[in-house]
Amino acid sequence: MGKTLAEKVWEQHVVRSADDEPDLLYIDLHLVHEVTSPQAFDGLRTSGRKLRRPDLTMATEDHNVPTIDIDKPIADPVSAKQVETMRKNCEEFGVTLYSLGNTEQGIVHVVGPQMGLTQPGMTVVCGDSHTSTHGAFGALAFGIGTSEVEHVMATQTLWLKRPKTMAITVNGTLPEGVTSKDLILAVIAKIGTGGGQGYVLEYRGEAIEQLSMEARMTICNMSIEAGARAGMIAPDETTFEYLKDRPKAPQGAEWDEAVEAWRALVTDEDAVFDKEVIINADELTPFVTWGTNPGQGLPLGANVPSPEDFVDPSERLDVERSLEYMDLKPGMPLRDITVDTVFLGSCTNGRIEDLRSAADVLRGRTVADSVRMLVVPGSARVRLQAHEEGLDKVFEEAGAEWRHAGCSMCLAMNPDKLTPGERAASTSNRNFEGRQGPGGRTHLVSPQVAAATAVLGHLAAPADLEGELVSA
Amino acid sequence: MEKFTTHSGVAAPLRRSNVDTDQIIPASYLKRVTRHGYEDALFSAWRKEDDFVLNQEPYKNATVLVAGPEFGTGSSREHAVWALSDYGFRAVISSSFADIFRGNSAKDGLVAAVVDQQVIESIWDYLDANPGAEVEVDLENQKITAGAIVEPFEIDPYVRWRLLEGLDEIGITERVQDEIDTYERARPAFKPVV
Repeated sequence: MGKTLAEKVWEQHVVRSADDEPDLLYIDLHLVHEVTSPQAFDGLRTSGRKLRRPDLTMATEDHNVPTIDIDKPIADPVSAKQVETMRKNCEEFGVTLYSLGNTEQGIVHVVGPQMGLTQPGMTVVCGDSHTSTHGAFGALAFGIGTSEVEHVMATQTLWLKRPKTMAITVNGTLPEGVTSKDLILAVIAKIGTGGGQGYVLEYRGEAIEQLSMEARMTICNMSIEAGARAGMIAPDETTFEYLKDRPKAPQGAEWDEAVEAWRALVTDEDAVFDKEVIINADELTPFVTWGTNPGQGLPLGANVPSPEDFVDPSERLDVERSLEYMDLKPGMPLRDITVDTVFLGSCTNGRIEDLRSAADVLRGRTVADSVRMLVVPGSARVRLQAHEEGLDKVFEEAGAEWRHAGCSMCLAMNPDKLTPGERAASTSNRNFEGRQGPGGRTHLVSPQVAAATAVLGHLAAPADLEGELVSA
Repeated sequence: MEKFTTHSGVAAPLRRSNVDTDQIIPASYLKRVTRHGYEDALFSAWRKEDDFVLNQEPYKNATVLVAGPEFGTGSSREHAVWALSDYGFRAVISSSFADIFRGNSAKDGLVAAVVDQQVIESIWDYLDANPGAEVEVDLENQKITAGAIVEPFEIDPYVRWRLLEGLDEIGITERVQDEIDTYERARPAFKPVV
């Protein structure tokens, strides 16, 4: 019987496999940031252990860093101490660190791919659940806790139970104005926040093959929101084209050797997935969330659901609680929901294509007076690229705030946060209670929907702007 | 890590599903660089609500949490496990746990016991009728006892073994160091370095 992509990558990394124990897997790349690493470095120090492969370990500052005044000391003393602790740790253990102000600084899941460090067939881990992003390259990539961070630092391996595999087959073509963000939100709504538990997801089919690498990263990024630790897409010409000549990609003869190996990383025709879900891309429309978990989403044209629509009593209770927290009335059109803030950024949608597509909507238009819009590029390089293309001007002329790179309002660890009761349309990945600031309310949306929402002040798609005045 | 064999303690019914890591511990508490001292952070938003279960007198000293499905969904923060442990919890019982949370709990000696949702419902009913009652989590025999309810629970056999023995995982791995060396020597040369 043939093998799936996930099984192939898994088997290539098994260091040890024995009965009655998990497999011991080798880790090709360990990404590190300031929040989940200090206790791991402490553990190494306490036990007198070394970091085994500093050359396979890369660190960046992202979760905690401010997005304004980055040339000044970090104002919050607790954040400052955490960042300072990482700088000391990286120096002591010989880890390459891209600090605030460095051209390579940014969200760890934006930086790895843009440097060419993320490559097909690798195992990639990080103390961050959105490590699943890197699966877009055909890598097996997943988030780990701090104890596992320490384990990888000490041994460059992890003990893991072999996951089941699930195919998410997306047939057809995404219609104009429908993005990979809409697609993944629809997938999560379909399979639920626990649907992917115990599985590695493989996204495949015509609609996936047509996507750019950045769009693929958005999809794999949110696999964790469906409960799956990892999501993967088989590498193809789009992948190789993206990687070629990136600073950390193989060069010369090694490039040819690598591409040959990467071409074998496809699911065999006779391979069997443990589960398969089929989605028709042609039927999709812009998708937004109305509740407090990423599975609580609907097409933008729908209405806020009623608890009575749900048969399962515990789900009904959940919906009641979500609607109460979100302060929404059943039956209200989603388009009538007004927002105070629009956040464009994060490891889900903070890449250059995301900024371009939002800028295309905003060009010649203005952000509604009632709305503040934050644009936070995913990395310092994305910011530079946006400057080259004049996107910063488009955002600023529209009245949005143009910031420096970091996780920012996605999880509100830095000063960028919602105030209690404030409502946001956000291109990030989690609409949990208080995620973007205590008492804040989040609707997850695509970059295009974010931009159109910023202009109109209520949840909207770019198509709703037709007929709106565009200044010359 | 402390060995876990059997634990009996006051059980708190948390009648919510999708209890995500941002509810267990909000990101603002993750700025600390220590591994302990997160008891104040546990469910910090919900603990401001008077009717939250841990604010009810019988449950203030709860050490067993009985929660709805998809417990620990969301982020990879092990702080979620540390906050539960620091508060005093030794075990969480649910019909399903997020994969990363479940992995993390095993590293810190917190038992994540899986039973059917029907069993959860019956334990909830038992606790509502007997507030402050103790529930026993017997890892050795893999069963939960709540009054007359005696049910087996699921846990990965390897995780169970490590918890029973209280073993340090890095120590285990270092015993197979030579196998890691062998694998490492055969890695393709085109694999990137930082």
